[in-house]
Amino acid sequence: MSEPLVFKRYYVWELPVRICHWVNALSILILSITGFLIGKPVIAGVSPESYLMGWVRFVHFIAGYALLISVVTRLLWSLRDHCFSGWREYFPFLTREGWREIGMMLKFYFFIDRKTPDAVGHNPLAVTAYVGLFMIFMGMFASGFALYAEHAPSGVMHTVMKPVYILLSTQGLHLYHHIGMWLIICFVINHIYSVWLLDVKEKGGEITSIFSGYKYTTKVHVFSEGKECDENGCYIKVKK
Amino acid sequence: MSKQNVDTVCDTVKQSEGIKQKSESADGSIAETLRRRGVSRRDFLKFCSAMTAAMALPASFAPRVAQALEESKKPTLVWLEMQSCTGDSEALLRSANPTVAELILDILSVDYHETIMAAAGHQAEEALDKTIAAFKGKYICVVEGSIAMKDGGIYGSTGGKSHVDRARQVCGGALATIAVGTCASYGGIAAALPNPTGAVGVQEAVPGVTVINLPGCPVNADNLTATIVHYLVFGKIPALDSKGRPLFAYGKRIHDNCERRPHFDAGQYVEKWGDEGHRKGFCLYKMGCKGPATFHNCPTQRYNEKTSWPVAAGHPCAGCSEPQFWDAMGPMYKRLTNVPGFGIEQSADKIGLGMAVGVGAAFAAHGLVSSLRKDKDPAEETKEV
Ligand code: SF4
Repeated sequence: MSEPLVFKRYYVWELPVRICHWVNALSILILSITGFLIGKPVIAGVSPESYLMGWVRFVHFIAGYALLISVVTRLLWSLRDHCFSGWREYFPFLTREGWREIGMMLKFYFFIDRKTPDAVGHNPLAVTAYVGLFMIFMGMFASGFALYAEHAPSGVMHTVMKPVYILLSTQGLHLYHHIGMWLIICFVINHIYSVWLLDVKEKGGEITSIFSGYKYTTKVHVFSEGKECDENGCYIKVKK
Repeated sequence: MSKQNVDTVCDTVKQSEGIKQKSESADGSIAETLRRRGVSRRDFLKFCSAMTAAMALPASFAPRVAQALEESKKPTLVWLEMQSCTGDSEALLRSANPTVAELILDILSVDYHETIMAAAGHQAEEALDKTIAAFKGKYICVVEGSIAMKDGGIYGSTGGKSHVDRARQVCGGALATIAVGTCASYGGIAAALPNPTGAVGVQEAVPGVTVINLPGCPVNADNLTATIVHYLVFGKIPALDSKGRPLFAYGKRIHDNCERRPHFDAGQYVEKWGDEGHRKGFCLYKMGCKGPATFHNCPTQRYNEKTSWPVAAGHPCAGCSEPQFWDAMGPMYKRLTNVPGFGIEQSADKIGLGMAVGVGAAFAAHGLVSSLRKDKDPAEETKEV
């Protein structure tokens, strides 16, 4: 007979984190749809005055700026000392504990072990994917804004983007911008599947957490990077 | 001034005299030579305003251009033929208005041009050697065609001398070198994979010399004339972009000045050759137009005395004036370059879609297995922690 389970509530995703998440999600959706239409226009303007493609491109540029601002905001937010959203979360491979958790996670995904690591913040394997996603974002910003700046070759943005033009031709930029979109789409499929799986298996409220900010755990002590955390995601100071 | 306003009848008479006098006037001013050659004042001014426009200067500059041209001495020009199809020379010689061609080829004392000069063989080579020795540091060198660098440059030679050596010698002693056409600028067609001759552009073959690139297949003769006129008027070479091209001719994308741009913004595209959109002059984006990736003044300058240019004629821009044309601009009738290493017909979107479907299927399978597996009792875990 098992004792009744006690779930403890942790505030893991603060409001700015959640806002950034949803701005990212929305802009990725809009950018993918409009980007696809720019690459392969299936739209058909009825008259030369309709400016359909003009609007599609305009929306794409606005969404691009939104994503940039959101990613930069999230980056700055991660500089705060915080258990679940601080930058340390993103480098589990720097600590032995992190490696152990990655191993656990891999065993779980490959059906070797049924035990989940029950990470209260980010799951250690997922953050590795987020670092990868962040790299793709950087590539997309570089190629996207470099292409955007070509309309004004004497402008400030064009000057700032100079290294990008040395690296790739305009056609090359177009190509890698397309490939980047597909990589992000692959990430999104992976991401949605994983949160569903962990929501079901961990029973910690994985999916609702990105709306409410709260996750639940039966763990008595929650650690992040070897330090204990309280219910608000602050490190508990250990007296020596 | 009024003396120069000779009428056309007079011109014709003078033209025949002009030919006789040509050798005597070898170092006269351009205006004088022009008069002797039978170019009317009116044509001269027309030419000056056309050049002012080509240099992207306001029309009010035209009198200054005219004055400067009247006063300046004819520069010496040598024209080197490298690994090329002579298309640039052809473009120049075939220009409809003989005045412009004359200006370049006759009036601007062209001392060496393999295609059009009468001298041949050693005689011609001697003429070149003499010219570059006599006018060291003062002549303009025009190069047409790419330079073969592989195996010591043995794949391209003229008069027993490799093109690389010739370029080093002639461009090295020139005031400035103008690379006409994409081949001379960046290697062009000859430099396309697998590039058997190791073809490169002039700047790459002879680093350190001043090179003005005028890419295009062929070069727009008006841009070449304007570059030379710019030098004559301002005494210096025009402002160049990071790829060595004059900003007045390569400062804007084709796509941003294209006459079909309103159709692009409206979402009206040619879908098939000869369809209704094609007949109505819709945008050629979906037919593989490289205008969005190409910097050139084709839409405004046009070819053959402003007669037409590819997009006006209903063909998508091939991107001929960009570095790495041909390789980076293929396939000609597709907007996007193919993904390297994936066989010939694999576009990024096909591969991307395949990837997304693959990932989706993998996770669906994983989900299926997961839902069939028994969950671990959370209570057990709690005990373990
Ligand atoms: S025809 Fe080419 S250059 Fe002209 S608007 Fe369309 S895509 Fe741009």
